[in-house]
Amino acid sequence: MSSRIVMKAMIAFYVFLFFLYLFGPLMVMSATAFNTPAYPQAYPFEGFTLGWFVKLWNHRAMMEGLWNSVIIGFGAVAVSVPVGLAAAIVMNQIYDRARGLYYLVTVSPVLTPGVIIGISTVIFWKDMMGLTDFTKAVFYKGVILAILGQSSFIAAYCLLIIMARLQRFDRAQEEAALDLGASYPQVFWHILLPFLKPALISAAVIAFLSSFENYNTTTFAILADKTLVTVLAGEVRQGTTPALSALAVIIISISLAGAIAYEVMKRREEAASERAKERAKLAERGDVMPAAVAAAA
Amino acid sequence: MSRFAIFLIPVVVIAFFWALARYEAKAVHDPTHKSFFERNGMTLGIVFIALVAFWTLFLVVLPYLYMAQESFHPKLPPLKRGGPEDFLTIQQYRSFFVEPSSGDWNSNHMSAFLFSILASVLVTAANFAICYPLAYYMAQAGTAQKVRLLMLGLIVPYWVNEILRAFSLRLLLASRGLINQALMGLGITETPIDFLGNDTGLYVGLSYAYLLIMIFPLYNAIESLDKNQIEAARDLGAPWWRIHKDVVMPYAKPGIASGCTLVFMLSAGSLAAPQFLGGPRTLWFTLIVYDFFFQAFNWPRGAAYAFILLAACIVFVMLMLRLFKVSLGETIR
Repeated sequence: MSSRIVMKAMIAFYVFLFFLYLFGPLMVMSATAFNTPAYPQAYPFEGFTLGWFVKLWNHRAMMEGLWNSVIIGFGAVAVSVPVGLAAAIVMNQIYDRARGLYYLVTVSPVLTPGVIIGISTVIFWKDMMGLTDFTKAVFYKGVILAILGQSSFIAAYCLLIIMARLQRFDRAQEEAALDLGASYPQVFWHILLPFLKPALISAAVIAFLSSFENYNTTTFAILADKTLVTVLAGEVRQGTTPALSALAVIIISISLAGAIAYEVMKRREEAASERAKERAKLAERGDVMPAAVAAAA
Repeated sequence: MSRFAIFLIPVVVIAFFWALARYEAKAVHDPTHKSFFERNGMTLGIVFIALVAFWTLFLVVLPYLYMAQESFHPKLPPLKRGGPEDFLTIQQYRSFFVEPSSGDWNSNHMSAFLFSILASVLVTAANFAICYPLAYYMAQAGTAQKVRLLMLGLIVPYWVNEILRAFSLRLLLASRGLINQALMGLGITETPIDFLGNDTGLYVGLSYAYLLIMIFPLYNAIESLDKNQIEAARDLGAPWWRIHKDVVMPYAKPGIASGCTLVFMLSAGSLAAPQFLGGPRTLWFTLIVYDFFFQAFNWPRGAAYAFILLAACIVFVMLMLRLFKVSLGETIR
């Protein structure tokens, strides 16, 4: 019995250490955002200030980068989600002997280091777009190359997410619709697409986030432009300022708010389903009771 | 125009499979078989094919092939490309082994390569050791609500991007950082320990960056294991380590292979951790590739080095698949 308690304590201690490792650095960084010294320090705490947030707001390159990051993020979603959907559908219907090769080609970007994807994107598109002066002037831009390079692997994420749901699609639904006279395109628009909607939404969210956070591919593909992440990288390389900590505080607060909202939503859902169950039970008992009373009487 | 000869490769491959499909369809006549365009309608069929072709050809296959052929060219100014000096050569690959300017062994780059690979293997193993217990606990012991909370706790730090996470570790590990302050305050050391210079920062940074990448595949794999199997093993008197070695781990093999492959690949190809947490003498292979692009402007040599890295990653993936006897399809889901 006591060994069980020891075991439990050890597990608790381990979970505590794990999360200390995970959160400790972030908490220290957050503390430096509110401390006055120009070198980000958490201890000793010399005075409370919000000045670093103001400095962050006035940082022009970072705001410009943020804007580009948002554009690239939407661009990556616009390219990756339709491509991932089409690729998942083709995966199901492709000629059997070609499926192995097709699978290998489509998942290979997931297993390729981002640095290599970035490099190959730049080398390839520089020569492709350089073929005519027009394409070079119009398309050879960091934002466009970043969208192309990121979509290379983000489309593969989308493919995997969409395919997971597509595999659970009941073919009988399709057959029923066809028997009732629907055409194949109608089946796609009215049955398959609504069925895939949750997967498409989560693919879009994942696509945007991975685009927004990407560094390895983007740092090559972005050329002379900048994104939030490449600006950050430049700042960290040059030195350290608490303004970066301030940015981290903002990001952490947003994600914490999201996480709490999600948790509250889940709890409400659970409570609602619990109540529904209770009511069902009560209703059942309500049916039984009069009979029992009647029997007793 | 020789550079565009690589465009023929995918054309030939597609033509081969198309011809084979046509031949087989004729040989085995199946009246219920419907062609791709019959099944999707003409418009949708064309849109699907166009999207997939654009992605697989122009975003995946052709850039890789183009980079590969670029690595077999000498470094030339733009005007001389396609001229008489633009011949095929293996000098870029040779330069990885023998430094062209001096003719000596290129020990700097070779040792950086080996160090990157070994450090990545080490980080992969460490992350497996750190994450396995938590993944097991979450998958088998925790209640649904607890698991969801832990899950949120895991995800929230990962919304903070790689650069800022590296930055946060630097605040801890720098010579003026909190850990050194604490060590000196307690009188354990007189002078600050150079965690960034002795590569501790690099290891911690890599491990910290890819914890989640390891824990999710492990959790997913262990979660579907039937609890009764563990109960049965326990009832039969198996000690806890045998339960893990003979029941849980064999079952979770695809998850282990997937987590290890991804962590290795990400850390061997990582740029942020060595850039921001390495010391001045830290050798890291992707940093060398980075410098060829942004400082030496030697793209062919950079491409050749990138290819060497890619080859190492492919070898590692194949090794993991062989070792765990799983297929690629089981690993990437």
